[in-house]
Amino acid sequence: MPITAVDSVMVEAEAAAFAKRSVKGEAATQGMRMALSMLDLTTLEGKDSPQKVRALCRKAVQPCGAMPDLPHVAAVCVYPAFVALAKRELDGTGVRVASVATAFPSGQYPLSVRLADVRAVVDAGADEVDMVINRGAFLAGDRETVSDEIRRVKETCAGAHLKVILETGELETYENIRRASDLAIEAGADFIKTSTGKIKPAATMPVVLVMLHAIRDHYLRTGCMIGMKPAGGISTAGAALSYLVMVKETLGDAWLTPDCFRFGASSLANDLLRQLARQATGSDTAKYDFSEA
Amino acid sequence: MTAQSTRQPELSFGSAWRYADAPDSTPIEIAHRYGHFIDGEFVEPADGKHIATINPATDEPISDIAAGDESDVDRAVRAARAAQAKWARTKPRERAKYLFRIARRIQERAHELAVLETKDAGTPIRESRDLHIPLAAQHFFYNAGWADKLRYAFAVASPRPVGVCGQIIPAGAPLLMAARKLAPALACGNTCILKPSELSSLVVLRLAEILQEVELPPGVVNIVTGGAKTGEALAAHTGLRAISFTGSTETGKRIARAAAETGARVTLQLSGKSPNIVFADASLDQAIEGAVQGVFFSRGLSCCAGARLLVEEPILGEIVRKLKIRMATIRVGDPLDKNTDVGPLACKQQLDTIKAYLKTACDASAQLHETSASPLPKKGSWCRPTLLTDVHPSDVACREEIPGPVLAVMTFRTPDEAIAQANDTPFGLAAGVWTDKGSKGREIANRLKAGVVWCNTYHKFDAASPVGGCRESGLGREGGIQGLRPYVEFS
Repeated sequence: MPITAVDSVMVEAEAAAFAKRSVKGEAATQGMRMALSMLDLTTLEGKDSPQKVRALCRKAVQPCGAMPDLPHVAAVCVYPAFVALAKRELDGTGVRVASVATAFPSGQYPLSVRLADVRAVVDAGADEVDMVINRGAFLAGDRETVSDEIRRVKETCAGAHLKVILETGELETYENIRRASDLAIEAGADFIKTSTGKIKPAATMPVVLVMLHAIRDHYLRTGCMIGMKPAGGISTAGAALSYLVMVKETLGDAWLTPDCFRFGASSLANDLLRQLARQATGSDTAKYDFSEA
Repeated sequence: MTAQSTRQPELSFGSAWRYADAPDSTPIEIAHRYGHFIDGEFVEPADGKHIATINPATDEPISDIAAGDESDVDRAVRAARAAQAKWARTKPRERAKYLFRIARRIQERAHELAVLETKDAGTPIRESRDLHIPLAAQHFFYNAGWADKLRYAFAVASPRPVGVCGQIIPAGAPLLMAARKLAPALACGNTCILKPSELSSLVVLRLAEILQEVELPPGVVNIVTGGAKTGEALAAHTGLRAISFTGSTETGKRIARAAAETGARVTLQLSGKSPNIVFADASLDQAIEGAVQGVFFSRGLSCCAGARLLVEEPILGEIVRKLKIRMATIRVGDPLDKNTDVGPLACKQQLDTIKAYLKTACDASAQLHETSASPLPKKGSWCRPTLLTDVHPSDVACREEIPGPVLAVMTFRTPDEAIAQANDTPFGLAAGVWTDKGSKGREIANRLKAGVVWCNTYHKFDAASPVGGCRESGLGREGGIQGLRPYVEFS
């Protein structure tokens, strides 16, 4: 695998330039609807309950009762314990069920346990599996282990889509992030994903740009399209539009669909709804105008 | 391209999600006509002649500016001479106060100045708003700081002003060019006659209004507008003690000849054909971005534009492929639109020159690749960002300055070859080196004949950092401590 150098100064400047694109009016409405349809509506807390997951599923199908023509989100992302419930709630709606697995978020369990975790969520009906890579092995230079583990998880996924979380906040350098992206893609990832949301910093524009470059290079080499999912830290409609601008200008039109791009976020949905409501009615809305879940 | 059995995957940058038009609609006042700015006020030209200044994006006239002749120039020089002694005697920290005030007023009126530059010079609003105007203010701030510390700048007890300075600037980035010359001259206690390009005088005339607002003493800065004749009259005036010129090498040589007659000290910022050298170990995606911004975003009109891309042979294919992908998302169009990357050329003449160069290159086997994303407006002079491959160091397109967004790509195999090729033009203005290896970057930089070398970046300017060229790219520096040197005398 070629070693790809990444210059932090330039990559950060380039990412900042995408955020300066002006997206207003009709373009903003279209972009925000697109962002909504790309959302992995997420709840990953120790205090999650069936009631909360049910409410989240309801919101996923119809994000806002007052604006019934909005698209449904792409998926609901939950802990393994709630997969079966979410699957029942979302049956026939077109919203997919994603589950974190492989001993999320740390991944610090024996491989057998992590694989059992994956098997359990797949058996429970998860359409998508969000795994974490073995960051300890990666930082120790043991790429083989990281790669083998991703392959084993991929096999265990059967038909379920595999999103590989790099936890970029722990990899720290852009070059590590680029290498981990290349490695995950080679090992069979369908999507690469920045973060668990449990570590700061989570997704940032430059980090995602480096990952988009890895996806682009793989596509140019093989013709095979890998998806991208920034997660954590994207909470405003404006930020979401900047990410979409970056995707549009780095990978092109083909990636502007929920099949190829997702936002992993919990609070982004409501800001998208607020801004969409503002565009539709012309008047500002407050945070409390929309349901939390 | 020859047909290949297996098609390469291609990215498509189409219309799946269009940005809406985002023109900066800030209204700004533009008078029907402007006179010269002499002795603190706007005055009509002696023979009453004006010329139209147009919006290069639409070819529509936006105002009339005075066309200066010898008597206008003479009047301005007299005003500057009259103001010289008192300005030189003004306490340095008082001079600094004026410069600080100018800098602050530029900041306060930044948006207006940016829109005006965009309308008159065709600079994309992103560039005038985010780069040119803030940097112009920074030059005044920076030099204000030096005004009362000149003896520390030169380790000489009392550096003295040179006297009356003539300053001639080109069409691109007019306010920035004016600031780069005016700020150090004023800080050192000189008085000035500035002649902006007839293609983009309005923003410099707006600066004259700012000079009035801050109550700069009359005659310290005089602005005479007009074309080449006005410039020649200024360069030939015997009342000048120094002349500073930014523009083409050809005109620069004429200025130097005229100065040989008048005895004026000369500073020249001239043409370039600057190389960007990309080694295989570089961070390629960033190198490509730097190359694109270095030549296309200034429409190739910046004298430091990185017009040659020298690529280590093994990575040529990847670089060219990715350059073409990157070029697909460059947005050419209305410079007032906040999403425009590349605006119009400054005038029709530039377009004709570019076309002639491209034709010569293509006749000599060059492959030409243009961006095609956005349709070009019907009016105005436009040139799409253009890539030339299969060109060679001896081709005219690789040796002479092309006044537009044209990038010539060539290859090298060893560092020695890279340096030989990089230095193989009559110029020596700027250069870029892209490598992930620090030691290599330094070694190459030291062997390049260029006034400015950027490492893993390009086109980065700062008021504290000098720019300027060697060989046919000029004489002397602007910016930094070095930028003060043309404006002081030691004995």
